[in-house]
Amino acid sequence: MPFYVAPEQQMKDKADYARKGIARGRSAVVLQYEGGILMVADNVSRTLHKISELYDRIGFAAVGRYPEFENLRLMGVRFADVRGYQYDRRDVSGRQLANIYAQTLGTVFSESLKPWEVELVVAEVGDTPEEDEIYRITFDGSIVDEQGFVAVGGSSEHVSGVLKDRFVADAPLSAALNAATHALARENGEERELEAANLEVAVLERAREHRKFRRVHGRRLIRLLEEGKATGNPVSSGGGAGTTGEADE
Amino acid sequence: MFEGFEGGRLPAAFMSAGTSSFTEFLSSVRPELLPGHNLPPGSGTEHLTPDATTIVALTFPGGVLVAGDRRATQGNVIANRDMDKVFRTDEFSAVAIAGSAGIGIELARLYQVELEHYEKMEGRSLSLEGKANKLAQMIRGNLGMAMQGFVVVPLLVGYDEGSDQGRVFSYDAVGGRYEEQRYHSIGSGSVFARGSIKKLYREDLDRTGAAKVALEALYDAADDDSATGGPDLHRKIFPLVDVITEDGHRRLPTEEVARLATEVVEGRAASPDGPTASLS
Repeated sequence: MPFYVAPEQQMKDKADYARKGIARGRSAVVLQYEGGILMVADNVSRTLHKISELYDRIGFAAVGRYPEFENLRLMGVRFADVRGYQYDRRDVSGRQLANIYAQTLGTVFSESLKPWEVELVVAEVGDTPEEDEIYRITFDGSIVDEQGFVAVGGSSEHVSGVLKDRFVADAPLSAALNAATHALARENGEERELEAANLEVAVLERAREHRKFRRVHGRRLIRLLEEGKATGNPVSSGGGAGTTGEADE
Repeated sequence: MFEGFEGGRLPAAFMSAGTSSFTEFLSSVRPELLPGHNLPPGSGTEHLTPDATTIVALTFPGGVLVAGDRRATQGNVIANRDMDKVFRTDEFSAVAIAGSAGIGIELARLYQVELEHYEKMEGRSLSLEGKANKLAQMIRGNLGMAMQGFVVVPLLVGYDEGSDQGRVFSYDAVGGRYEEQRYHSIGSGSVFARGSIKKLYREDLDRTGAAKVALEALYDAADDDSATGGPDLHRKIFPLVDVITEDGHRRLPTEEVARLATEVVEGRAASPDGPTASLS
């Protein structure tokens, strides 16, 4: 039996549904460091990636329901490759991809009964730090151009609050990684210990030729985590920790 | 805003689980972008694009090297003096082309996207055998054009991470795939180049030695084949030399090739037929 539901209520219900779904999973952060852009996700799986490469300079990070954002990732790779083949490799930009994602998610949100429970980051590394672009796209198709760093996930506000205190745009990789894991470990107000096995880490390296995307794992990740701890810690309270984070190296 | 982007969505094919092959995907969504699509029937069209000429490839311990001259010809005319016919296709492979330049360059570009697309979609790259077979399929797809005179024959070189060695694959116009041992050459000057390498090749060549052998072979090809260009010292146009080892793909810097090529040319001033192999 059909009955009337106010559009406001409908949208609110969908948004609540999507938010709840996203909050069930762990967060991810994307931030600048001295050599490019660092992407870190709390992910125990080594094969079901939350972070991946879209194109030469462009990376993708997502949280929420895996099949849904995997679908979006494939779409992005296809779009970028067709674009790059049709014109030139330089003609594929993060902004285009972020727009495609925003429009797709916006359409799904307003037209289908069930919104997609995903939140995405599209990051593009430029020739200089000023040209770096980081976009955050939410389940309803909103798109935000972020400066320096961004957190996505259920408690992204809290995570980015913690990250803000430690974020330094030109920090070395180990310090940036330390800041990222520190923030991710304090999700939902808890305090956990994140090890290499729980982390999925990748970088978009400015100085790299051809394809900038590179995964960081194994011994290199463990070494970077240890380095980061040795130089960045210990900080008991969050306030003013930014200066400690960039110390030496 | 974007082609094919209607009603706030890309066509459904972009979102389907579907294929990891870029060529297959492109043929379903934008077939007009594929090389040779919509070519009108008829023959006698081969004069429409110039021919790319000589390529040589040889393996050395722990790697493989491929080099190409820079000339493209159209009948008796030199269409291009500084053409690039050696293409990096991914970290551990490269393709060089001979034959119809216009189609070959497009084929190499498509193949490059194909390998990278697969790697991104699947999260791992194709095996070297897989890469070689994929290229064979793509050449077979060009058969219709080959029969109209647009023959493209590529040479694929790659580093096999499994067996820690460089490998060379050659193809014919219908997509036949042949693995070559130690060295191979394709293109109009290939007969002369192959004869030259045969006499200079040794199992224990290092990277520089291999580059020298390749440059000698290209010189010999240019010496006897009018369509192959030799090193042009005045215009500073030298052959392109790509090396693939366990460290990945690397194009030798122009200065290094210039130095080696100048050595070769100067050597020929003393003995015009180049180094001789000993009989014993």
